[in-house]
Amino acid sequence: MAKVDYEMLKKNATEIRKGIIKAVHAAGSGHPGGSLSAADILTVLYFYKMKVDPKNPKWEERDRFVLSKGHAAPVLYATLAEKGFFSKEELLKLRHIGAMLQGHPDMKGTPGVEMSTGSLGQGFSCSIGMALAAKLDKKDIRVYALLGDGEVQEGIVWEAAMAASHYKLDNLTAILDFNGLQIDGKNEDVMNIHPIKEKWESFGWHVLEIDGHSFEEIISVLDKADEIKDKPTMIIAKTIKGKGVSFMENQVGWHGTAPKDDEKEKALKELGGAN
Amino acid sequence: MNNKIATREAYGKALVELGKVNEKVVVLDADLSKSTKTAAFQKEFPNRFFNMGIAEQNLMGTAAGFATSEKIPFVSTFAMFASGRAFEIIRNSIGYPKLNVKVCATHAGITVGEDGASHQALEDLACMRAIPNMVVLNPADAVSAKKAVFAMAEYNGPVYARFGRAAVPVIYDEDMNFEIGKGIEVKEGKDAAIIATGIMVAEAIKAREILSKKGIEVRVIDMHTIKPIDEEILIKAAKETGAIVTAEEHNIIGGLGSAVAEVLVENYPIPMKRVGTLDTFGESGKPAELMKKYALTAEDIAKVVEEVINKK
Ligand SMILES: Cc1ncc(C[n+]2csc(CCOP(=O)(O)OP(=O)(O)O)c2C)c(N)n1
Repeated sequence: MAKVDYEMLKKNATEIRKGIIKAVHAAGSGHPGGSLSAADILTVLYFYKMKVDPKNPKWEERDRFVLSKGHAAPVLYATLAEKGFFSKEELLKLRHIGAMLQGHPDMKGTPGVEMSTGSLGQGFSCSIGMALAAKLDKKDIRVYALLGDGEVQEGIVWEAAMAASHYKLDNLTAILDFNGLQIDGKNEDVMNIHPIKEKWESFGWHVLEIDGHSFEEIISVLDKADEIKDKPTMIIAKTIKGKGVSFMENQVGWHGTAPKDDEKEKALKELGGAN
Repeated sequence: MNNKIATREAYGKALVELGKVNEKVVVLDADLSKSTKTAAFQKEFPNRFFNMGIAEQNLMGTAAGFATSEKIPFVSTFAMFASGRAFEIIRNSIGYPKLNVKVCATHAGITVGEDGASHQALEDLACMRAIPNMVVLNPADAVSAKKAVFAMAEYNGPVYARFGRAAVPVIYDEDMNFEIGKGIEVKEGKDAAIIATGIMVAEAIKAREILSKKGIEVRVIDMHTIKPIDEEILIKAAKETGAIVTAEEHNIIGGLGSAVAEVLVENYPIPMKRVGTLDTFGESGKPAELMKKYALTAEDIAKVVEEVINKK
C-alpha cells in the first residue's frame, strides 16, 4: 500500500466541511450536524479507499457507497464535488428548484450517487442487494454503507443485518456514524440502542470500534475489513455531531438547521484553509 | 385569509387542550416531536407521551396495543413514513380490527419543499382511503385542524388525518362546524364547483376571485373528509352547477379526485377535471415555487375551471 498522504486527506476533509456549510447555507435548509460528523469517514473512503472514477461514474468495477442516512446528503455532495464528479458550483444550488442536488440523494439525477435515500433504513437494505450481486458476478467490488445511530432503531436495519451475515457478505462494510444524537435528543433518551456492539456481533457481524475522526484509525480499520472472510464488517465510528464547527458540535439543534450569514462566516473562518 | 398558520401548529396546540379534558389520550411519536408539534403535549403530559424512536412500524403497532387497552392514541410522524413505511401495520393492526387509533401525519404534500421527493407524500390519501374502516381527514386551515382533533377523539375508530408543514391562510371563524363526513360549502356559485381539500381550499377561494372578475361564479366546497366522502353535497353541486373541478395537493390518482369521480360516475356524471400532481414525483424547492411548477396554484385551478365549463 502506498504511503498515505495525510496532508491531502486533511485538506480534502476541510474542503468538504466548507462545502457542507456553504451548501446548507445557500439552500437555507438541510442537515449540517450529521453531515459534518461523517466528513472524515467520507474523505477516507473517497480519497484513500474506494475504487471510483469521477469521469466514468457508472464504471462497472467501481466500489459502491450508499449513504443510508440520506439526510446527510450535503457531505456526500461535497465529497463527490471535491472528487470531481461534478462542479463545486452545484453545491450552491442545493435544494433549489430545478437543481441537480436534491434535498436527499437522488441516484437518477446526480452522478456518483449510488442509491436514492432519505427514508432511514432503506439504503442499508439496498446495499445487501449490491453486495449479493457483486458475489453473483464474481466481481471484486466492495460495498460501503453509512448508517446513523438513530437510524439503527429502524426494523429494516436488523432485517438487512441478518441477511448480510446469512449470505456471508464479506464484501460489505457498514459504518455506523455514532454521534450519539438524533432529532429529539440523545439516542439514550429517545430510544436506547445499547449494547450496540453486542447487537451487531450477535447478528453475525465482525465489529470494530474506532474514533471516526482519526484518519489513521479509519484507514486501518477499512483495510482490516478487507481481510475478514465469510462475515460482513461493521465499523462503529465514534464521532461528534457538527464536528469542526465549534458552535455546532454536539448540539442537537444543528441537526436540521441552516446557518445564517454570520454563522456561515464564523464556521468557514473556524474551518480555515483557502477562501 | 391574511392570517397564516400551519395546520401542524394547530394540531400540536389542540392535542394539549384535548389532553386536559380527556385522560385517555396518549401521544406517540418517532423522533420528530419538534416537527410534528407533539412536543407540546410531551411537555404538558410527560407520562402520557411515548417517543418510540425512528421505528414507524413499531410506532403504529404500539398504538394499536394502547387502543386495545381503552386508551386513545394519537400517533404522529411525517406523512411519508406513517402512510408509507407503516402501511401494512396500519392496515392489519389498526384498520382490520377497527381500533381507535388516530394517525396524525404531518409534512404531507409538495409543500414540504426542500427535503424533496423522498419526503413529499403525494400518495398518502390514496393509500389510507383504500383501507376498509379508515376515516381520512385533511383539514384546510388551523381552525378546522383543531376542530378535527376534537372530532377524531369523539369518533370511535381508526382515523388518518393529514397536516401540513407550511403556514396556510386561516379560512374559518372559531365557531365553524367540523363534522366528519360532511363537506362544507365555503362559497356559493352556480357555474361550476371546485371541490378542494387541505391547503387547496385557500387556493380554490383565490381561484374563485380570479374567475369572478371574468363573470364566472364558482362554488367552493371544502372536502375535509376524503372518506367517508359527502356524496350528498357532491351530487347537489353536480346538479346545480353542471361542472366539477377537484383540487388536492396529492397525486391525481387515488385521492380526492378519484373519490369524487367515483361518486359522480355512479350517480350523476357531468364534465369533471382533476387538479393535483400529474402522477409524478416532486423535487426540492421552495413550497411556492413547487406549487407553481406542479400547477397547483389558484391560477392553475381557474384555468381548469374554464376548461371544464367549456365542456358543459
Ligand atoms: C423512515 C424515516 N423516519 C424518520 C425520518 C426523519 N429523520 C431524518 S434524520 C432523523 C434522525 C437521524 O438520526 P441519526 O441516524 O442518528 O443521524 P445523525 O444524527 O447522524 O444525523 C430522522 C428521525 C426519516 N428520514 N426516515
